[in-house]
Amino acid sequence: MVHYQFYLSLLLVLSITFISPRVSHKESLNIVNDMANEEMRDSENKYSILLPTYNELENLPIIIYLLTKYLDKSGYDYEIIVIDDGSPDGTLEAAKQLQNIYGKDKIILRPREKKLGLGTAYIHGIKHATGNFIIIMDADLSHHPKFISQFIEKQQSEDFDVVSGSRYIGSGGVFGWDFKRKLVSRGANFLTQLLLRPGASDLTGSFRLYKKDVLDKLIKSCVSKGYVFQMEMIIRARELNFTVGEVPITFVDRVYGESKLGGSEIVQFVRAMLYLFATT
Amino acid sequence: MTKLQEWLSGGGILFAIWFYLITSKDNNDFIRDNYELILYSPIIFIILFGLYAATIVLYRVYTFNDCEEAAVELQKEIVEAKEQLVKLGFKLQEKSK
Repeated sequence: MVHYQFYLSLLLVLSITFISPRVSHKESLNIVNDMANEEMRDSENKYSILLPTYNELENLPIIIYLLTKYLDKSGYDYEIIVIDDGSPDGTLEAAKQLQNIYGKDKIILRPREKKLGLGTAYIHGIKHATGNFIIIMDADLSHHPKFISQFIEKQQSEDFDVVSGSRYIGSGGVFGWDFKRKLVSRGANFLTQLLLRPGASDLTGSFRLYKKDVLDKLIKSCVSKGYVFQMEMIIRARELNFTVGEVPITFVDRVYGESKLGGSEIVQFVRAMLYLFATT
Repeated sequence: MTKLQEWLSGGGILFAIWFYLITSKDNNDFIRDNYELILYSPIIFIILFGLYAATIVLYRVYTFNDCEEAAVELQKEIVEAKEQLVKLGFKLQEKSK
């Protein structure tokens, strides 16, 4: 007797799989990138650091001091682009002072009227960036500029399209997190690794280096807002077949100001994860 | 194929195998002898996987690096930065609470 139930259910499953619409994102961009990069000599590389700020009056001078200290020492060509979203605490005035000290070629100010979100801040920054690589980091001192030279070395080692800082590998880690915060972080990370298999260990981290055209492409393919935007960027990178390298980083939770992890952040995260699970 | 479709097809194949096994106990001695185990195997599997997940997550929470040196180093560098910035002519402002 033929076990028709078995074949019937198998058929059912396969039809579900193939009937559902599929969106193909095959890109020939990689080839174009490779060609552009071969022409680019090492000495011609320039790194544009984007610093979106909102009420970072106390942190901004320190992060800029540290950036210039470590980058001058490493000898890479760089510029720092400060995108202040109309902070009421006078962050922009502090940035102007810093521009006078360090020079208009090193510190570039591209303020916006009001808070408009991270994605658009990056687009705004890229428009004015003269570097061929973009580095994104938080201005609140949780990301240390000393790691930037490791990002650059990593990128050059295998010509990665994206290099992502990770708190979850090797010598990476966090400071200032209690048990609950760690549990939420590790649990969320386990779940996303299981469901999305992103090929990168730190999805919500925001300390990353991108090739400029890759970042442009990624931002345009992203739909989410807020901090989950960082997760979508890495998932889209995998979807578009960009290569992602990783560097362990330490994350020192906000020295000044308050760190946020509330119910609404968790809801946002779960929604973004399910959305990406169903669509990518 | 999206991740959801991958999970549906993987789950569907396992379901098909399981469904075939529980509906053909009349033809096979092995299935008849182990019928209960096969019937409850999906639940057993989910419980075991839950235990595995909980163990992994807890292990990673306890081995999460507390970067105390990084925090100490940063505090020193904040002091250094403030001193150097004042020397460069920067007027430090404290945030008014």
